[in-house]
Amino acid sequence: MTASATTASTIRLLAGYHALGRAAGLSDHLTQYGPPPLPGTTTRSHAGQRLIQVVEEAGLTGRGGGAFPTARKMRSVAASRRRAVVVVNAAEGEPASGKDRLLLTVAPHLVLDGAALAAHAVGAREIVVCVHAGGRLAADTERAVAEREQARLTAVPIRVCGVPGRYVASEETALVSWINGGEAKPAFTPPRPYERGVDGRPTLVSNAETYAHIALIARYGPEWFRSCGSPDAPGTALFTVTGAVAAPGVIEAPLGTSVADLLRMAGGPSEQLQAVLAGGYGGTWLPLPLVHTPTTPAAFAATGAALGPGIIVALPTRACGVAESAWVLAWLASETAGQCGPCVFGLPAIAADFAAIANCQADASVYRRLQQRLSVIAGRGACRHPDGAVRFAASALQVFGSHLSFHERAGRCLAARRPGLLPIPGRG
Amino acid sequence: MAWRLRVNPITCTGHGLCAELLPEAIGLDEWGYPILGPVPDRLLPLARRAVVDCPTLALKLERDGKS
Ligand SMILES: Cc1cc2nc3c(=O)[nH]c(=O)nc-3n(C[C@H](O)[C@H](O)[C@H](O)COP(=O)(O)O)c2cc1C
Ligand code: SF4
Ligand code: SF4
Repeated sequence: MTASATTASTIRLLAGYHALGRAAGLSDHLTQYGPPPLPGTTTRSHAGQRLIQVVEEAGLTGRGGGAFPTARKMRSVAASRRRAVVVVNAAEGEPASGKDRLLLTVAPHLVLDGAALAAHAVGAREIVVCVHAGGRLAADTERAVAEREQARLTAVPIRVCGVPGRYVASEETALVSWINGGEAKPAFTPPRPYERGVDGRPTLVSNAETYAHIALIARYGPEWFRSCGSPDAPGTALFTVTGAVAAPGVIEAPLGTSVADLLRMAGGPSEQLQAVLAGGYGGTWLPLPLVHTPTTPAAFAATGAALGPGIIVALPTRACGVAESAWVLAWLASETAGQCGPCVFGLPAIAADFAAIANCQADASVYRRLQQRLSVIAGRGACRHPDGAVRFAASALQVFGSHLSFHERAGRCLAARRPGLLPIPGRG
Repeated sequence: MAWRLRVNPITCTGHGLCAELLPEAIGLDEWGYPILGPVPDRLLPLARRAVVDCPTLALKLERDGKS
């Protein structure tokens, strides 16, 4: 055990990376952590139940955006007496997020240890690691898996699955469909993956970071895990902090760290800010007075915001938040899976309204129509993609309110003609 | 216990037939897709009919409180 195990360090997942300054191979990983604390057998056992218990006591919640209690999901999968499957969701689809890619690159064996431990706990005989197809991450992950196989560290076989780089392809039912040989599109639920997933088996789908936390909780225990973070949102989380900050990148910090402190940890604002995007493109804009909000799901919900998967983008005053939002909404509209009417027609309609507003071509009737549309779309798709888009659009209307009236009065907004700052995949 | 309607948005093709049968509980959005409201007990027979008559079998009647 290293010092990081005993002190209440707030750098946990990235401790090895910070110490080594490079990606950890298997021998680095074993030197730092030793082998995963797996009991000798892969049958569902007392020890498996014990791990779920420990994860529950730790209070770990999913780091893929939903903040769902991980132990509850593990228990649902384990409850079925059938052989299960474990899926690692590292097909990070949020354009402004880089945390899963970084984690799986620099600490692949922490993620894979967590998956192996979870597999044991829920009675799984197969682990599928989902990454975007064809990229460097896929090759690196294959290599890490091969390393483990050579070292005979794979009690449960691990397979890497390349997933299309579409936004909704990383939604859990879309992953399951793709792994099963279908299209990478969300499915109507129930059944949810924990009931019927890969090969029809009960399937645990969790985010890559979630598994890495499991790997550490299994070693150091729930008290250690809870020794940082807030009581209702314990532990650390990875945050991707970008935009107008001096040192953009992935930062590990205790949950409950304020958005303002995260900006500071990313070098601080590099210019005057007007708002912060939290939670990614299915998240919400925060006005500056709310940057002191602690990053816990409860504190965010209390302000009407969504924390999502640790994404923070600082928007400088020189940018036009309305135009930035319009571009994001156009992209979200183009990313629907083309299956559900309210999403297929609703998102382009919202995006078109926003484009009209951004181009200073909207009158009061456009605003009324947009408000009406925003009130009927959420909750009506097979997946939550439209809910995220609606949440994002509604928060833009709120936070950029005064600039909106400028767009209504003025014939043009020069800032809206500058190149966008928020990353849009495929935009040159 | 109350009942509620649920639609599978992937199979629903926006025929709007359900809204014609049960305008008290089913509205349509501007694109013709159903917006489902609560189903009072007295409308249960009509709701069952809407479920059966949906050309794509996209509608379901469920006990409220489960997903
Ligand atoms: C449109 C959409 C996109 C999603 N993209 C991701 C993603 O890129 N990565 C991820 O881990 N979860 C994503 N999710 C959430 C997954 O469906 C799933 O809830 C998550 O992987 C569960 O992991 P967790 O419990 O560890 O958070 C997405 C959900 C939706 C609706
Ligand atoms: S809600 Fe949209 S993204 Fe989700 S399954 Fe339906 S069409 Fe696809
Ligand atoms: S009748 Fe069926 S297909 Fe037509 S709108 Fe209603 S639910 Fe959709």
